[in-house]
Parts: sequence; C-alpha cells; structure tokens
Amino acid sequence: MQKILFVDQEKCTGCRLCEIACSVHHERVSNTSRARIHIVKWETSGLYVPMFCQQCDTPICETVCPMNAVKRDDKTGALLINKDLCVGCKLCVMFCPFGGVGIGKNREILKCDLCDGDPICVKFCIPSALQYIDANTINLRKKRVAAGRLTELMKKLLDVSL
Amino acid sequence: MYLLYNHLPPGIDPLSSENILLIGTGLLTGIPALGSGRCDIAAKSPLTGGIGDSNIGGFFAPELRMAGFDHLVITGKAEKPVYLWIHDEEIEILDASYLWGKDTFKTQSLIRSEHGDEEIKSLVIGPAGENLVRFANIRTGMKNSAGRTGMGCVMGSKNLKAIAAKGSLDIEFANPIELLDYCKDMIEMVMKNRYSRAASKWGTLVIYSATNTTGLIRTRNFQLNQLEQGWDLEPEEMDKYTIGMSGCFGCPVSCRHRYVLKEGAFAPIFAEGPEYTSLGAFGTMVDCKNMETVLVANHLVNKYGIDTLETGGLIAWAMELYEKGILTEEMTEGLRLEWGNEGVVLELIKKITFREGTLANILADGFKVAIDKFGEESKYYAIEVKGMSNLHSDERPTPSLALGITTSTRGADHLRGRPAIDLYGLPKDFLEEIYGGPMSSDYRSYDGKPRMVYWQELLYAVTDSLGTCKFQTVFLAVHAPKWKEFTKLIKLVSGMEYTVPQLMEIGERIYTIERMFNNREGFSRKDDRLPERYFKEATPIGLPRIKDRKMDKEKFEKMLDEYYTLHGWDENGNPTEETIQKLGIIKEQSQII
Repeated sequence: MQKILFVDQEKCTGCRLCEIACSVHHERVSNTSRARIHIVKWETSGLYVPMFCQQCDTPICETVCPMNAVKRDDKTGALLINKDLCVGCKLCVMFCPFGGVGIGKNREILKCDLCDGDPICVKFCIPSALQYIDANTINLRKKRVAAGRLTELMKKLLDVSL
Repeated sequence: MYLLYNHLPPGIDPLSSENILLIGTGLLTGIPALGSGRCDIAAKSPLTGGIGDSNIGGFFAPELRMAGFDHLVITGKAEKPVYLWIHDEEIEILDASYLWGKDTFKTQSLIRSEHGDEEIKSLVIGPAGENLVRFANIRTGMKNSAGRTGMGCVMGSKNLKAIAAKGSLDIEFANPIELLDYCKDMIEMVMKNRYSRAASKWGTLVIYSATNTTGLIRTRNFQLNQLEQGWDLEPEEMDKYTIGMSGCFGCPVSCRHRYVLKEGAFAPIFAEGPEYTSLGAFGTMVDCKNMETVLVANHLVNKYGIDTLETGGLIAWAMELYEKGILTEEMTEGLRLEWGNEGVVLELIKKITFREGTLANILADGFKVAIDKFGEESKYYAIEVKGMSNLHSDERPTPSLALGITTSTRGADHLRGRPAIDLYGLPKDFLEEIYGGPMSSDYRSYDGKPRMVYWQELLYAVTDSLGTCKFQTVFLAVHAPKWKEFTKLIKLVSGMEYTVPQLMEIGERIYTIERMFNNREGFSRKDDRLPERYFKEATPIGLPRIKDRKMDKEKFEKMLDEYYTLHGWDENGNPTEETIQKLGIIKEQSQII
C-alpha cells in the first residue's frame, strides 16, 4: 500500500528540525527558506501547522503545467518535477492551494519529493508529529484516538449512573 | 568577550553611550540538532558593573545568520527610539517611536505587520528596558529571554527598541551530508538521557520534584529549604493548563509548555513557560503555593521584559525585610509584603517595571543600590553575589554548587559553572573520568569540587559560544554531547580541526577574559563570596543528608584557592602573566571596531 506523509498537528512543537534537515538534505545548506516543508505558526495563540506538498490525487500543479513537467513517481506516489522540461513559469507555485511548491534563491522550483520514499523530515521529527505511514491505516488510527476520547466520556457517564 | 574587554575603557557608566552591545551567533547556530537557535548578548552590566552576558534561544539567531550576519556590534546611542531591520545583507535603522511603550509581544507583532511578513524574528525590549530597570531583559518570541545582567536595560539606554531579522541566505557547511547523519546521532544521544525525556514532557519544572522533596529549594527568601504543602507546584499540575510543548530552533527536547489560563483576574492568557526558575521566583521564594500565580507572574515578566529571577529574588528579599521590620509600611507605601501575598507579588512586578512608588523604584535598581538605600542590616538577608540574585536553589548542603555561584563572572548564577550532576551521587571513578581529577562522589563533600566547577565553566563558555543549548550538553543530562562531540561538529561544519584540549583552552580563554574584565572594574577575591547566611544558618528541614547543613568558611576558602590554581590565577583571583601569555590574550585594543 502507498505510504503518505501524515501530520499530527497536536504533536508538533514548532522546533523546525524538519525544515533544517530538509534544506541540508536537499540543498546541502541550512536555509529554511529553501526547505520543502515549513511550520506555519500562530505564535501568540500557540498553534503550529506543518505545511508541505500534499501529493494530491488530482494535482493542480500537473494540470496547470504547460510543459507536462509534473509526473507521479510510481513507487512513492510523489509528484516530481522534471527539471529538463520545466521552463520556470511558476504556474504551479501560483495555483497550488497549499503553498506546496516554492521558488529557491536560484529561481529553481522547490517541491517535496518524499526523499524517494524515506522522508528526512520524519526521521528528525522527535515528537512524531510527522509520520510516513500506510494511507489506509490513517483513518483507523484517527478512529482509535477519537474513540479513546469517547471512552473517557462513557466512563464518566457510567460513574454518574452508578 | 574579547571585543568587550578590548574596546570598553574601564570605569565607564554602563548606561552611557560608551557602552557597547554585542550580539554573537555561534559556529553551530543553525545546525539540525542541539537546540542550535542561540546567540549570546554581552555588554557591561548595569546591574553588577561587571561583565554583562546572557544567552538566548528561540529563532532569532539562525534568522540573523540567514540574513547574512554572524555578529553585531552596537555602539553609541540613538537620539530617538529606533530599531534595526536586518534582511539579506542589509541593515536599516528605522523609526521605533510607534513601538515605544509597547510590550514585548505587541512590539514583535507590530514589526511583522509593518513589513507584512509573519516570519520576521526580533529581539525586543519591553517597558522595563525603556524605563532602565537594571535587570530588564531582551526577548524574542513568546518565551525566550536573554534574562540576566540587564542587557535590555543597555538596549533601552541606547534608545534601541528592537532588532528584527529575516533572511533567505545559506548557512554553509564543510561536510553537509556527514553533518546531517551526525546530527541525527546527536539527537539520539540527547534523547537517551532520562532528563531530556522528562523535560520534553514537563520542562525544567521536573527539577522541582527532586529539589523540593530533598530540601534544596530556597523558600521564604532563605528561611527554609523546602516548601511544605507545595503540591500545587509539582510539574504534573501543569497538565491542567498545557496545550502542548514548544521547542526552540533545532531542538529535539522541546522543554517549554504552551499554556492557557481561562479563569482568574488576568484571564484569558496564552503564554509559554514557566521555567523552574519562575516556579521559584514566584512560588517558593515568596511562599506562594499556587501554580496559577506562577503562571500569571511568568506571563507578566515576559510581557514587560524583566528578568524573572532577579524580580522574584528582590521581592522575596523585600518580604523578609518587611517581616524583620527593616522595611516599614511607610517605606512600602502601604503594601503589605507578607509571605504568600500573591496580589502584592503581581503588583510589585508591574510597579518595578514602571518604577512606580519609592520602594519599587529602588528595587528596580537591583541589590547593590537597594542595599545602600535600605541600610547595612538589609545586606545580611540579600541572597546575591556581585549584585545579582541567586537562583532559588539552596546550596548550603552542596559545596560544589555553592562554589559555582560565587565564582560565576556575571554574579550569582547557575548557568555559569554549576556541576548539577554532582547531586546524582554518581560513581567516583565515573566522575573522575568526566572531570579529569580526583574527587568525592558525595555531594556534601568539598573534595575535588573546585575541579568540577572549573570544568563546567569551560564547557558552558564553549557551549554558549557555539550557539547550542546548555541543556543538551553535560548539565542535567550525564551522557550528553560534550568536548569530543563538539570537536567533530566543528570539523563537519567548518572544516577546522580542534583537539579536545584545544577546545578546553578556548573555554579557559573566554573565562579568563571575563575575569580580567571584572578585575579591571575592581572585582577580586573579595567578590567571590557567599552570603553570610550560608555559613551561619543551617538548613532547617529536608532529608537527613540535607538537614542541618551549612557551609564551612575555612573549607570554602580552600576550595577557592584550589579553583584559582586550576585556572592559573593568583590567590587574589587575578590571572597570572604566565596564564595570559599561555592563552594568547592580547591586552591592546584591536582594530576590529
């Protein structure tokens, strides 16, 4: 089964290790503006949301690309941009609703490629906010978390009725 | 430190335009490990008159490096409020009149709005820095502070409200691929320590469980060494308020809480923290047994930009003076400074920040000035060294920790040379291997302890210079990265090869320059002293091993002698010519500034 990059926002501590590791891995430098992942923060209310390419099933970047440079990798499911075909028109940057595609300082296109099936950001995410997991187990995991909360409620109800 | 020593003429007024403010990132700032978001801020301290130095985490330092600057040297004084706007190799001096008077949170968000960029990171001062409170701090983000020695006061004296940075340049490495692998190893090494794992759940508050149970925590200023019925301050209490943890740049531990207070006079509050320090400052030292008070106080000091520890230490001292009748109600202008009076504590934080009323205005100048004003009798109750408040730790049963606060160059402090692992009672041979000399593994002993302090001072000096976090070296975690790992990181980052002794010598050089700076300002052995109470009053409570302990003056002086010898300083604490030569310290002004 295809794996996906999954984020549990509640676990993110905003340390940006994912961003630094991503930029060192891909660009050989520490430069968060060249990372493929970015933690968006609402600092004064303490909310952190890691944002990156969603590898959409109906990719807008692919649709708008005039050069057909966006292709899906069969093995990982990642959408990859063929540098030889890309003319740098930046339509993908403009149309992606998630900000999943960026521009680097040398005007190159920056986009998550899932590190060929072994994402470096996941390895550096110590609180496990980022996970690389089977797509079909995601909702089961989420169900268990939600059910856990329901069980707490049920326990309280039972205590009252007893 | 070198710049400070070589460019400040001795005897200047720290609040005059002659003082310089240094902001330095480290060689490792920006690596994917070890909490690499740190920079060091230094100037002559308006609080102690000696070395002013404070290290700050968060996200500013790497942003500054990505904007193309490793080091800032700020001289002179602006005519009107300004702030620095630093972006990709450019520095602009902009008008800050609309920011003047704003708190530290508001200032940061206004700067972001002005430039339309939410990613800007700023070092800012709050009202305390503007009002020249001598222990005002410099802040960034929701929680990070360069807390100690009044660096915010120096910024205020220069009419400098903030330093904002945003960068998109590369931080380059000699060997990035190997560095990334090694950083992963470093993260694993740090997280293997139980302390790190506990801290990632409850922050530095975990220390409270140990120190309060045993009796190593300053309570009612210095009257007790344990807060009885202090359950409400246990770290698990934070679970009621926290929405998750928060980490600095490049930190796998994430040791601070993001918390919400929904009820109470100050609600709603969203804030970050508190550190163990604030738990003591607004908990045990002032005898408040209420976590919510600590949470409100922590929020207020951060908002106003004032050092949490100095504020709490001064309030606790004032409370004891009030109890002893040295401070009368007339002098406090009606404020009832009674133990556990939460309202007064919160009110005093505000009054000190804005210098409202006679008492608060005196306290805002710190211990040195306040002792002069309150009289000689007040000095006995002041738990300070070199004019700076000690942490809420009680070092009477632990000579190594006691020595550490006295030799600290910036005044009483636990982040300068504290051998905290001495408290673990580790095997003797294990300790001797780490510290490189004979010593006792009993934390109550005086044997070999100067070497512990000496070694920690070098390690912390180097860690601060590298731009990584002290909690991710040998501080509370025993098996954390230290000399050997640092040399490897330096090589992977810069290509420069250092041996462990060479790196330790750099630590020696830093600490000896700090010492020379202080001595030039008139400090000497007489200032490496413990408050008299450490020798006169024994610990009244605690575990049998902790109770009834006080420091022995003769043994303490002997420790000090040993300590000076290790550093290559004479019996008065002056670095010898031989040491200065060996370390290659040049006394003449350089041409850098």
